[in-house]
Amino acid sequence: MLKKIILGAASIAVAGSMYTTTPAFAEDTLYIPSLSYRTGAFAGAGIPISNGYADYFAMLNARDGGIGGAKVVVEECETGYKADKGVECYEATKGNGALVYNPYSTGITLQLIPKAPVDEIPILSMGYGLSAAAIGEKFPWVFNYPASYWSQMSSILKYIDSQGGIKGKKIGFIYLDVGYGKEPIPLLDKLAPEMGFEWVGFPVAGKDMQNQAATWLNVRKERPDWMIAWSFGAMTPTAVKEAAKIRFPMDKFVGNWWSGGHADLEQVGAPGKGYLAANFSGIGTDFPALQDVIKHVVDAGNSKANKEDIGKVNYNRGLFNAVIMAEAIRSAQAKTGKKGINGADMRLGLENFVLDEARLKEIGLEGFTAPVVGSCADHEGAGSIFLQQWNGSDWERVSDLIAPMTEVVRPLLEEAADNYVKEQTDWKTQSCG
Amino acid sequence: MFYREAGQYKTSYEADSAKFPIRQDKWFIWFYLAIAFIAIPYFGGQFFLDAIMIPFLVFALAAVGLNILTGYTGQISLGTGAFMGVGAYACYKMTLAFPDVNIIVFIIASGIFSAIIGAFFGLPSLRIKGFYLVVTTLAAQFFLEWAFIRIPWLYNYNPSGAIEVPQREAFGVIVTGASASSEVRYLVVLSVVVIMTWFASNIISGRIGRSWMMIRDMDIAAELMGVRPLYAKLSAFAVSSFYCGVAGALMVFIWQGAAEVEVFDYNRSFQILFMIILGGLGSLLGCFLGAAVIFIFPIIIHNILPPIWAIITPWTMSSSQADLVAAVMIGVLIVTFLIMEPHGLARLWAIMKQKLRVWPFPY
Amino acid sequence: MELFKLIFIEPFEVMAALPDLLLQTLWEGFVSGILYSLIALGFVLIFKASGVFNFAQGIMVVFAALTLVGIHAMGVPPFLALILTLGVMALLALTVVKLVMKPLVNQPDIILFMSTIGITFILIAGGQLIFGGEPKAMITTELGLPTGSSDWEVGGGIVIFQHIDIAAAVIAALLIAGLALFFNKTKTGRALRAVADDHQAALSVGISLEYIWVVVWFAAGVVALTAGILWAAKSDVSFALQVVALKALPVLVLGGFTSIPGAIVGGLIIGIGEKLFDLYWGVPILGGSTESWFAFIIALLFLLYRPEGLFGEKHIERI
Repeated sequence: MLKKIILGAASIAVAGSMYTTTPAFAEDTLYIPSLSYRTGAFAGAGIPISNGYADYFAMLNARDGGIGGAKVVVEECETGYKADKGVECYEATKGNGALVYNPYSTGITLQLIPKAPVDEIPILSMGYGLSAAAIGEKFPWVFNYPASYWSQMSSILKYIDSQGGIKGKKIGFIYLDVGYGKEPIPLLDKLAPEMGFEWVGFPVAGKDMQNQAATWLNVRKERPDWMIAWSFGAMTPTAVKEAAKIRFPMDKFVGNWWSGGHADLEQVGAPGKGYLAANFSGIGTDFPALQDVIKHVVDAGNSKANKEDIGKVNYNRGLFNAVIMAEAIRSAQAKTGKKGINGADMRLGLENFVLDEARLKEIGLEGFTAPVVGSCADHEGAGSIFLQQWNGSDWERVSDLIAPMTEVVRPLLEEAADNYVKEQTDWKTQSCG
Repeated sequence: MFYREAGQYKTSYEADSAKFPIRQDKWFIWFYLAIAFIAIPYFGGQFFLDAIMIPFLVFALAAVGLNILTGYTGQISLGTGAFMGVGAYACYKMTLAFPDVNIIVFIIASGIFSAIIGAFFGLPSLRIKGFYLVVTTLAAQFFLEWAFIRIPWLYNYNPSGAIEVPQREAFGVIVTGASASSEVRYLVVLSVVVIMTWFASNIISGRIGRSWMMIRDMDIAAELMGVRPLYAKLSAFAVSSFYCGVAGALMVFIWQGAAEVEVFDYNRSFQILFMIILGGLGSLLGCFLGAAVIFIFPIIIHNILPPIWAIITPWTMSSSQADLVAAVMIGVLIVTFLIMEPHGLARLWAIMKQKLRVWPFPY
Repeated sequence: MELFKLIFIEPFEVMAALPDLLLQTLWEGFVSGILYSLIALGFVLIFKASGVFNFAQGIMVVFAALTLVGIHAMGVPPFLALILTLGVMALLALTVVKLVMKPLVNQPDIILFMSTIGITFILIAGGQLIFGGEPKAMITTELGLPTGSSDWEVGGGIVIFQHIDIAAAVIAALLIAGLALFFNKTKTGRALRAVADDHQAALSVGISLEYIWVVVWFAAGVVALTAGILWAAKSDVSFALQVVALKALPVLVLGGFTSIPGAIVGGLIIGIGEKLFDLYWGVPILGGSTESWFAFIIALLFLLYRPEGLFGEKHIERI
């Protein structure tokens, strides 16, 4: 019996592997792998991101016939937010002529960073990954437009300062106790004496994301004036619910851009009213580009997203990620004069694209985000962020664009980049003249 | 017929108790080693080496480690992931402190740290066993994971909290870091795994290994016959953790290149446990078979199921759905094997060998 | 000396200075403890009746909550969805017993344990395949569970009691009372206890083992559903919840694998203990987030001195 099962399974496997051949890509297609996490504990953010990302390229294909006449092929590979699966996806797809990788997990990004210069495929880790990669001289192949975590934290602190001053205040910092959550700590340490605030950290173990009662008791004990959250996945709704429980004033509780998705707050609903979160991509569908996505992709039945999910925070973030890549591809095409570009051309594109107000308007995203301009030296673009507030059922943008404190962040980034490179021998750097 | 041992006479005890008493087995093992050392690095592409063979070997080594503890000594452990982590962090700290030393020395030496920690968390096994031990090894798992995060010294105060593997050489060749070629890394892993498996097989068939198996089969009888449970169990924990530690160091240094704590979480422990269940408890061959199935099977499903699905049904299947299907199938496979063949793939292999031997007769 | 002060003096000073915080901590610990107890209770039920250490109990909690929310999302009224979910749990119990437990009769315990890990994986991936991976909100108000909170002024501060937490305590107590009645007063319940005492003897007086197993797996499913609803009301329904469910293991060690009162007392000790430890010792000395391992280390120490647990049967296999 067992023998038959095994033989059957084996024969199916053999038949299947004979059938699957790697699809051949024509000269003038642009192959872009999409590392998705539609499964696992963080799927709530991963699903809309992958949808927005795929839909924008699908829209460009349907509306304009691709980018510069070349069709975009997006192939999704599921990582489940796990580093080893991410690397497997990377190895499996890089041979197909991948232009750029968006690892969509800090763990995967860290593993791909050393591989990027060797394989000559750039990495665009948008709003996650290694902050130090913002230093273009040290990390020629890694980009983290539109802002690094440190820039984001400095913008959040600026916002707090603008709301009645930060001097003499006590800031609570609740974070997921992994690399991602601990990343802003050096910046807090540096800015606390400069801006005159006191900060206290509240780590939440990855296993206790949904079990934060003790943490919030501690918050109650410490009585901070403001709370900043570096949370993700199930940690966010739990944190907001616990904050509501101890009656922490919601409008003094600020999440980062991964702590403010619709999926996170829809589960909290009314008690989360007033909760703030940072964001860098517009909310809603009132942009011509999004209307095009709805018209050409969603209504044509080619989207994996439900229509009501278009325009939500993480969907738009995935879409914005695709926008930056599309702009970089255009710039690479213009620079090289080729239709079908390769990874090295893409890197040039990522350093040279210009997504200013005029261009944003041209592609139908006026006011969607702060302008981002690629450069050789600055791989984060030091983009501005804005704050959004939960009104009990939806997010609303409540602040103007807040620029980061580049003068403080940049030296820290440089120091971190130096430390990274110091550990490596034969690390490839570049000089930006 | 195919596997006949007629005419192979054993004239000495050495020949009779040899590792591969049958000549064909000897040929096979040399044949496989030749394929592994020569053909695979020569013909295997980069994807095959990097994404399949290297991880497979790393997991096989970790499975050998866990099998020593669970399969041979009968002490179930869910702390494998953390013990692998101890090895990886130890190797990282050592190579940062002494950058010029041959990295392979440190990869092996990191097992020692892991062995010490493993033996420490093995102490409760002197008083308890079975499910209770599951709880204590989970305690080790969770406590060590916490320590990896909370002790910044371990990851060199890196703001990202991760360990990033520096470029290191061994015998004048670049072995770690992104510039190391797949072939070199593969050969390093393969050599370490082959040598350590050979060691393991000798330990197991020697005095220590037999005392482990006596403890597993009946601890009281073993004690009455002069096996000291303290030594037997703690040595099993130490040796097992040593293997896991080396596997962890290989995983980070040779395979992944950078690691966050999540790669050592309790899911890793389960993954390795599945490998030995499926492969066969108490079989070294089983470690390799189990690692192959648990690690490679999902990759195959991931890659071939969506196109097949698209042909036989009108719907499409996404990469993520294929992943979930693979996970369900692994679960079903585990349960099926436990019901139909609790000794795992290794036992199936033995049955197949027997069939080949007597073919065309039924017995 | 500094450390001595941190361990033995300062925590108590803080406790005395902020009595409301201490009371709040005890209450939060109590509520978490009840939920740990509920999860542990599911383990105990199955362990008593069949000697199977059901690792899948944690994921059953998630799966039950997910099924409930998923069925409700299809437009089924909440209480009908609840009944349908109970049906799904019954089906699950039947399937597991028929397809997994029965063929594995008489296998070593460890094989049965591993088979439940296999079931865990099937449920995790299967649940995501069917209901999707996005986290979902628990249908708290639809099920008539209370929201809001009441304050109690004490010692210059307030202690906040969430109504949902009070409801959780009441529901858990009712469930446990119901189970106790079921075990003591019904024919099936008595048969169940007979099976727990002695399989062979129970078989020889004509009790169907298979039937009993289905009943306990279903009972464990009901307990899991309750725990799932109550816990998900505190955060959300997502797969991250199964890790919290692993906390039931130290609870079992503390309370003993076969004792229902043990599961309850153990759960309360762990729940209250880890909150107190984290707040008063963990944060000042170790930098916090000690909750992830505190319970396990306590269990480890406990095992060294009293392996049978507080209320467990004495004849545990000692070495």
